Amino acid sequence: MGKLGSFVDHVGWPRVIIAVFLLLLFVAAPFVEVRLDASIGDTLVRFGMNGVLVLAMVPMIQSGCGLNFGLPLGIIAGLLGAVTSLELNLTGLAGFAAALAIAVPFGLLFGWAYGRLLNKVKGGEMMIATYVGFSSVAFMCMMWLLLPYRNPTMVWGYAGKGLRTTISVQEYWGGVLSDLLGIRVTDFLSVPTGMLLFVGLMCLLVWAFFHTKTGTAMTAVGTNPDFARASGIDIDRMRTLSVMMSTTLGAVGIIVYQQSFGFIQLYMGPFFMAFPSVAAILIGGASVHKATLTNVLIGTFLFQGILTMTPSVINSMLQTDMSEVIRIIVSNGMILYALTRVTRVNSK
Amino acid sequence: MKKTGLDGTFRLDRFLLTNLVPLLFIGLSAVAIPISQFSGAYLVQEMMIRLARNSFLVLSLLIPIIAGMGLNFGMVLGAMAGQIGLILITDWMILGLPGLTLAALIATPIAMVLGWMCGAILNRAKGREMVTSYILGFFINGLYQLVVLYGFGKVVPIKSADLVLSRGFGVRNAVNLLGIRNCLDNLIPLSIQGIRVPLGTFLVIGLFCLFIVWFRRTKLGQDMRAVGQDMDVARSAGIPVERTRIVSIVISTVLAAYGQIIFLQNIGTMNTYNSHEQAGMFAIAALLVGGASVARATLPNVFVGVILFHLMFVVSPMAGKYLIGEAQLGEYFRVFVSYGIIAVSLVLYEWRRARDRAYARRSLRGGEV
Repeated sequence: MGKLGSFVDHVGWPRVIIAVFLLLLFVAAPFVEVRLDASIGDTLVRFGMNGVLVLAMVPMIQSGCGLNFGLPLGIIAGLLGAVTSLELNLTGLAGFAAALAIAVPFGLLFGWAYGRLLNKVKGGEMMIATYVGFSSVAFMCMMWLLLPYRNPTMVWGYAGKGLRTTISVQEYWGGVLSDLLGIRVTDFLSVPTGMLLFVGLMCLLVWAFFHTKTGTAMTAVGTNPDFARASGIDIDRMRTLSVMMSTTLGAVGIIVYQQSFGFIQLYMGPFFMAFPSVAAILIGGASVHKATLTNVLIGTFLFQGILTMTPSVINSMLQTDMSEVIRIIVSNGMILYALTRVTRVNSK
Repeated sequence: MKKTGLDGTFRLDRFLLTNLVPLLFIGLSAVAIPISQFSGAYLVQEMMIRLARNSFLVLSLLIPIIAGMGLNFGMVLGAMAGQIGLILITDWMILGLPGLTLAALIATPIAMVLGWMCGAILNRAKGREMVTSYILGFFINGLYQLVVLYGFGKVVPIKSADLVLSRGFGVRNAVNLLGIRNCLDNLIPLSIQGIRVPLGTFLVIGLFCLFIVWFRRTKLGQDMRAVGQDMDVARSAGIPVERTRIVSIVISTVLAAYGQIIFLQNIGTMNTYNSHEQAGMFAIAALLVGGASVARATLPNVFVGVILFHLMFVVSPMAGKYLIGEAQLGEYFRVFVSYGIIAVSLVLYEWRRARDRAYARRSLRGGEV
């Protein structure tokens, strides 16, 4: 009993409850005639789709900038890359690579400006990040109407200008990563190997970065700014660098998401995209000040698992669609838990 | 508003700096109104309606600002309580002013419980009240949907077939509030040169302004200001800090519930699952446009803000249409302005705070200030 208690304390109650809940959903699935292999397949696909977006939280949390509610800014950089790649009529892996190549500079640029801004408002980053994300999405709504993109599959048919709200990438580079080295296990379950490998590669890069001298310095800034300053680390530079990384990872993440999803969602699409990623990493056991790659992987799996399983299982059990409400309560409850817990540690 | 320098003379630069946001909006409106081709009478009527509709919601934000808790994004909790009241009276078919009053009576205890909860949670998240109350709004929105979408009609009996979804439980997306529509606005009919004046609502708003002026002078109001200035000093002065903060949020939440009821009686239909979400954002943006900051807000800020913000709201789609031939662009522009103004205000506030802290640190070290 004592062992179990200390295990639960170590892992944290919310995570244990969510993990048990997810396990129960998987156990219950066959009894309500939900195909288990299809469920596992869906969970894997959504894990891959969202993995990099959740990973984008890590650098900013580690450098003490808090939860990156400004993720939409990175997503916009990714959207610019994706749309431009389509405008150039590039297909297949080349198109995907071009989207990344165009998105990354935008991500670095936006991240640099965003990081400079956040350095001026230390302590109030999260609220400001939220509204920087929101206003940049609203600003880009105007830009999507005005930017001179002309590819007929992307613009409104009757006007000949102004991008559509959703653009299909199926003809261009839809599924290029997911289908790469794809393994078909059953009719309903195929593993998106390429996408999972890409997520793994990104994780590896971030892991390697945090083991370099700069990466260690960044963690030091987040853990103890005064100590970091005393050891001669340029705090503002480290923070800006972390924001640039987060924003760029967000840009890469959304392109991975789109190639699997099959569509680019413009206008208000990126508006609320930060919240699922924030919730996922917190469910994985991260706090506002500390996040590891394990947090990313476990969190994405648990959160996306619940998102996949609740609609199918709960609906078959109760004959009502409660998945949306459960998603809202779980994700925001998790963020709330993290926000209130941190202060208790601080005030001691 | 401090318009004079230390020596008592009028300082133009300081006036410009403190009123930057309202002045910017006046400038924008001055450009956009002629382009939109609206008549003066139409705009005056429109502003009259919107003042009556929105002022109360914006006023509900003032008290937590006094208590130093920033912009209460948790006011959507109150809005949800108000909507539950409205759903119930619509089902019970209680019309007119009695219906409105009953809705407020039902909403009050719900808002008090929610407000108390919000205050207690914010006490555990000192220094990050805004982001916490913001997320709390989303979280309670989930619970609200659980209650209204699944509980109403099952646990809470709903008789009216017009209200319930065809599956037998859960409230429909839109609730028609014809029974109480404009009942407060038209309580005292008044029309000046063809412009209708919703005098009844203005009277309620006026009474509430008096309440705020009075409240600031009470013991509790003074305590709140002390807590807002410095929690530690207030605590050593014997003020129960935690309790005072909770009370300020409870008051704000209850008032937001009334505000939402007034807002919806003017609109006449309720968007069951969306009306409350927008309430918070528009109220906060309007207050900030009026020149308020996170730490300081006055009654004039409220009214100037509502007028300027909603002038922009009415004018920008048409201005966009005539200027670029695309109404949608004006539409997006006003969304951008709403969010942008909140972002800019928050940045300015945090920036000043960070600068003050840096000064304080430097003076402690004994260096140059």
